[in-house]
Amino acid sequence: MRISTTINGVAHTFECEPGATLLEVLRSLGYKSVKQGCDHEGTCGACTVLLDGEAVLSCITPAPRAAGHRITTVEALGDPSHPHPLQEAFVDAGAVQCGYCTPGMILAASALLDKVPSPTRAQIAEALSGNLCRCTGYVKIFDAVENAAAAMHGRQHHDR
Amino acid sequence: MTGEQMDNLRVVGQSVRKVDAMGMACGLEQYVGDYDVSDALVGYVVPSPYAHARIKKIDASRARAIPGVHAVLTWQDLPRNVHTTAGQGYVEPSPYDSFILDNKVRFVGDRVALVAADTIEIAEQAGRALEIDWEILEPVFDAEKAMLPGAPVIHDEPEAHMPIPVPYDASINMAASASMGAGDLDSVLKSSHLAYSQTYSTHYGQHCPIEPHICLGYLDPRDRVVLVSSTQVPFHARRITAQALGIPVRRIRVIKPRIGGGFGAKQEVLLEQAVAALVLATRRKILIKLSRTEEFLSRTRHPIKVSLNGGFNADGTINGIRMRVLSNTGAYGSHALTVMCNCGSKVLPLYRMRAVAFDAKAVYTNLPVGGAYRGYGATQAAFAMEVFMDEVAEKLGIDPLELRRRNHILPGESSPVFAALGEGKPGVEQRIGSSGMARCLTLGAQAIDWDGKRGKPGDGAVRRGIGMCALMQGSSIPEIDMASVSMKLNDDGSFNLACGATDLGTGSDTVLAQIAAEVLGVTVDDVIVTSSDTDLTPFDVGAYASSTTYLSGEAARRAAVDIGEQIKAVAAAMLGPGVDPSKLVLEDKQVKAPDGRSVPLGDVAMRSLYQDNQHQIASIASAISKKSPPPFAAHFAEVLVDTETGQVTVVKYVAAVDCGTAINPKLAEGQVEGAVLNGISYALTEEYLFDDKGRMRNAGFADYKIFSTADQPELQTILVPTWEDTGPYGAKSVSEICINGPCPAISNAIYDAVGVRLRDTPFTPPKVLAAIRSKGR
Repeated sequence: MRISTTINGVAHTFECEPGATLLEVLRSLGYKSVKQGCDHEGTCGACTVLLDGEAVLSCITPAPRAAGHRITTVEALGDPSHPHPLQEAFVDAGAVQCGYCTPGMILAASALLDKVPSPTRAQIAEALSGNLCRCTGYVKIFDAVENAAAAMHGRQHHDR
Repeated sequence: MTGEQMDNLRVVGQSVRKVDAMGMACGLEQYVGDYDVSDALVGYVVPSPYAHARIKKIDASRARAIPGVHAVLTWQDLPRNVHTTAGQGYVEPSPYDSFILDNKVRFVGDRVALVAADTIEIAEQAGRALEIDWEILEPVFDAEKAMLPGAPVIHDEPEAHMPIPVPYDASINMAASASMGAGDLDSVLKSSHLAYSQTYSTHYGQHCPIEPHICLGYLDPRDRVVLVSSTQVPFHARRITAQALGIPVRRIRVIKPRIGGGFGAKQEVLLEQAVAALVLATRRKILIKLSRTEEFLSRTRHPIKVSLNGGFNADGTINGIRMRVLSNTGAYGSHALTVMCNCGSKVLPLYRMRAVAFDAKAVYTNLPVGGAYRGYGATQAAFAMEVFMDEVAEKLGIDPLELRRRNHILPGESSPVFAALGEGKPGVEQRIGSSGMARCLTLGAQAIDWDGKRGKPGDGAVRRGIGMCALMQGSSIPEIDMASVSMKLNDDGSFNLACGATDLGTGSDTVLAQIAAEVLGVTVDDVIVTSSDTDLTPFDVGAYASSTTYLSGEAARRAAVDIGEQIKAVAAAMLGPGVDPSKLVLEDKQVKAPDGRSVPLGDVAMRSLYQDNQHQIASIASAISKKSPPPFAAHFAEVLVDTETGQVTVVKYVAAVDCGTAINPKLAEGQVEGAVLNGISYALTEEYLFDDKGRMRNAGFADYKIFSTADQPELQTILVPTWEDTGPYGAKSVSEICINGPCPAISNAIYDAVGVRLRDTPFTPPKVLAAIRSKGR
């Protein structure tokens, strides 16, 4: 079937099988930041993207669900020359180790900060609980989200 | 102690940004799956449905006839070259008991055939279309029963053997055995004030890198097999793939791009030989990526039973300890000997004792295969030893912290275990150079409020407890591991640094850049790191055995010193006659003379490349380890135990760690925090559940629970700096040690809370509740 959607601000029309997942479609279109870490069961969070600003698991989202909606992957947030405050904060806090969960983690955090500009630790824990990381023990991921929230408010970065 | 040495450092000791982190945060760094795979065939390993069976006949003609199937390989189609999949140095201290495919399967999930097809669905269909005449064999799942007379023999193939001279007897399912002793243990036990024995056991666990194993292969225009692989050991992968396929090493190139975590799982040559076989069979690009379900059946942590028998004086002095180890290596003996030996060599030397004995066996069963997993035997044995110490402390009426203080090894001291227990051969004698153990104990105890909180469980349904443990590991495998690094100078005074060392998310590219930058008086931005490509980067054993910072870092330091000398020689010529190169210093991207004159590195480069006596300023240096200096740690856990449900919650965890100099403190903390949380998760929720046919019932994150942000306790890391003279800028290792703490610290905390000893991991609610109830009776 034929799907029209907007990915990172660019209009796309693509053909896909009705059973295709958004993850498969995004990767085949070249959005390689969207990772897969489980068996299309939505249990690891590495495939997280934003659908109209909401964090969704693209591995269990049927591709047709994207029709007429806005999809955002981490590539759209910033690039190394112009990083988003969250990307900056993840790098500075040491929240990136192997980096495989990072794009999904940053997008989940971005969806949180859109709604809750100054989240508590409990709110961060809840918002990121579907995004597994095996490297960091999450300590520096919490730091990064808090620092980004502060930076996005124009406040000074704080270090634990 | 280290202030003076650290004072002069400008790059080492700084938490500079990890060099690849921004690319990762922007989704730009390339992992194996991010290469162009649009024209790749799907490679698929047909899994065995049986735990133990012989393939009497296999007919693939129906499978091959399916449209979209490009190749089906069975054991009859491949060379029968026995090898080990353990990604270790040559000669590997692991039994040669594996073939790319065999006419026998030894666990549920073992390899039956290889398929290349247009899609995974077609490949699976081809797997189902194989016509196989099975001879179902009796399986054995219990390590103790596997060595009894009459037990089914798992490796009855004549080729199975140990390539090094250590005991191995496949006819009794014995994959490895080792023993050592020093002093008269029996008489020491007899004459001790307290002799105490106890047995502990640990369970299966999986590394769960968020990126499962994945390998892409293709033929290049010169007919060489290129493997882009998520591996910790690119050079071992090249060598073992060549061996398994019977093709020359020169025909294989292994490229390691960014790796989505490994933790030891990818110290295994698991997919490379299968991908290469399918590439050669089809001459097409092949991608094998394991599903999460398959990942659980790839490699695991060896479940190990450890029995301890110790003699103690009334004042807590340890007179002697005997450690007996029974390791279940599963269907293949990958890392069987070395993990088992590490139970002794990374645990027993922590304490002084007059007599010591170690006796270990690793046994084949028809269960998933053990392998390398962060901690590597020390995790299993430290659980036993540190709960044992807690029990002994109670029996002697001594504070467990004090018992460690009285017995832990000190700088200048040695242990007979170092010399006796190596990796398939005697070890290397060493004296402890640096140790922050005493300070780790003190600072950790303060941070958890040991004196204030211990022994105050409260009286509600939820009890509170604290527990602790002391730990050591090593830094590289002495007299075995080798790392090398090459460097060259570019036009603008920047450097390329090429290393075989394998950054798999650990930050080793950054750490090596920091060390080189420190030597050369430049910043990390001036050092462009490439890791790892067997065609382009020099040899390194790879990322394992806590060796990269200590050993590859030392190779980087030496390569930088060497290239620095060459730079000074050119600069001396530029500064004019009479300038002594040895008086020049490298600082602020310049070569500075004592008289205040200086030459920018870029000018040195331009002269040497374009103007006078032109040559490439470049260096290559190697490092081997003469010893394996232990990092030390003291861990403290505070838990809540719900006496009505058995639920254990860690509320606070303190890890005080001596890793020598932390080259990059933030990255070192990250290693500690990641290892601790993995350890807590392993201690409390991670568990393999098997049915009576040996099938894993919970191979997915829905049913195999690893910790998320929602489960995270307060984690506090305390880096305790020391200076290790043999390491680069005083560094030791940090990556593995901290995964060993949670099992014993939490078990001891549970005892403090509710007075029950958990001697079998994991501490799941049913198990804890049963223990509480049986104590109540």
